[in-house]
Amino acid sequence: MKKLCLKVTAVEQLSPLVKRFRFEDPTGATLPVFSGGAHLTVEMPEGDTIRRNSYSLISDPYDGSAYEIAVRREDRGRGGSLYMHTKVSEGDDITVSLPSNLFQLDLRARKHVLIGGGIGITPFLSQLRQLDMEQKPYELHYAARSREEAAGIKLLPQAAHIHVHISEEGSRMDLGAILDGQPLGTHVYTCGPDGLITAVADQTARLGWPKAAVHSEAFTAPPPGEPFDVVVKSSGKTVHVKADQSLLEALEAAKVDIDYSCRGGACGRCHTKVTACDGRILHNDHWLSDDERAAQQDIMPCMSRFKGTRLELDL
Amino acid sequence: MPKTEFSPSIDSRPTYAGLVSQGAAPAIMVADEAGAAALFDLAASDASVMDHAHVVLVGCDAAALGDVKPVALHEAPDFDAATPLVTQLLNTARMGTQIYLAGSEGLIGHVSALAFAAGMPVDEIQMEHRGSIARRMQCVHCKGITEDVTTDPFTCAHCGLTLFVRDHFSRRLGVFQGVCVDAETPGVVPEVVEIQA
Ligand code: FES
Repeated sequence: MKKLCLKVTAVEQLSPLVKRFRFEDPTGATLPVFSGGAHLTVEMPEGDTIRRNSYSLISDPYDGSAYEIAVRREDRGRGGSLYMHTKVSEGDDITVSLPSNLFQLDLRARKHVLIGGGIGITPFLSQLRQLDMEQKPYELHYAARSREEAAGIKLLPQAAHIHVHISEEGSRMDLGAILDGQPLGTHVYTCGPDGLITAVADQTARLGWPKAAVHSEAFTAPPPGEPFDVVVKSSGKTVHVKADQSLLEALEAAKVDIDYSCRGGACGRCHTKVTACDGRILHNDHWLSDDERAAQQDIMPCMSRFKGTRLELDL
Repeated sequence: MPKTEFSPSIDSRPTYAGLVSQGAAPAIMVADEAGAAALFDLAASDASVMDHAHVVLVGCDAAALGDVKPVALHEAPDFDAATPLVTQLLNTARMGTQIYLAGSEGLIGHVSALAFAAGMPVDEIQMEHRGSIARRMQCVHCKGITEDVTTDPFTCAHCGLTLFVRDHFSRRLGVFQGVCVDAETPGVVPEVVEIQA
């Protein structure tokens, strides 16, 4: 996977929990441009492991002078976001992947409705720049609990088609009112908590929207959990997965060859066959179907964990 | 005339599954004379489907629908007259509007392309083929469209080339593709046959 070695050129506290980071090429070279909704994978070396988390790009997709991301501190996570918050400062070197996009706009749409909940606002910050540039009609709805927590407010332009809903101030987001009556050819995009994504899916189904017009992105950092062991079939080697490590990170640390892209259970690249399973796979991805989950013959190592006595992977 | 059964072809060739009521949702329905019978059958299967339906009949009169009563019924003598009407309905429609097309491949191709341009995914459009199997063909060389093609090969009405009738279909334009049949061997043209379903 091609990597970019960049410099951290700005760190800004946007809200008590969210920081913005700006990365530039150390020689001032222009970075590859991207498309709205794209993300980067950031490398965070700590001791003998390299943690890698993916974050949506929030900067202008057509601006090659820098990449920007916003990271919310998750105190109960595996430590990736804590690393970004406590160990990364201006002037540091940082290694990132090239941008890739699992949440593109469908440019055949005649109108775009963007719905972001909490930190789920991030992919829309680059999308709305693309929509402005292409002069496509859109409206954006951003829901947050309180104004203090709403880091996105500082990054959003003020415009009539950008709506901020602060539930603490009594202006809750009303999905029925937003979605009902949209013109034919509208596409909706949701990013945020699972509950929000499900609510939009339910509401659009009730209103008879075609499924192809409903898009969402729910990838999150992998959750921590209880430690477990996994056996690599080709070598017979047992790999231990620590509580704050993902299965993918543990396999990488053990030098097992495995492919990845999003590291958030959304792209399908890390899809691995299970050759023996005595126990229960804790599926945390958004890739496998319900049937595949139940069959326990497939696992997405970037997100999922295991509880039981033996898990053997076809690697 | 019953629903047409087509013989198997390449995967990308459009197929028409038949109209199935999506209930009393807002709807735009377009049919020709043969297709009107499919709308009649649709209403017989679920009368509520007409509660919020705008019906456009192309080249036939309202009698073709019998006692079926949609909220609005429009008549147009041909595609050219129907196009602004259908476009207007599509442009003012909201998400959740269902689209039902019934009749010849020409009618279905023409209107599904309008609906596609209005942002409707083609596979969400209800379609039923009835009546003529004549095709709307686009010449891949001069881009002209010849309506009501019933033979293979046929002569392009615009540039005069002899064109082979392909099953390749443009969803954007709502036309099948016609390709010069004697480009390599000018004048050597296969026997003209009737297009089969
Ligand atoms: S790396 Fe994308 S699903 Fe695992």
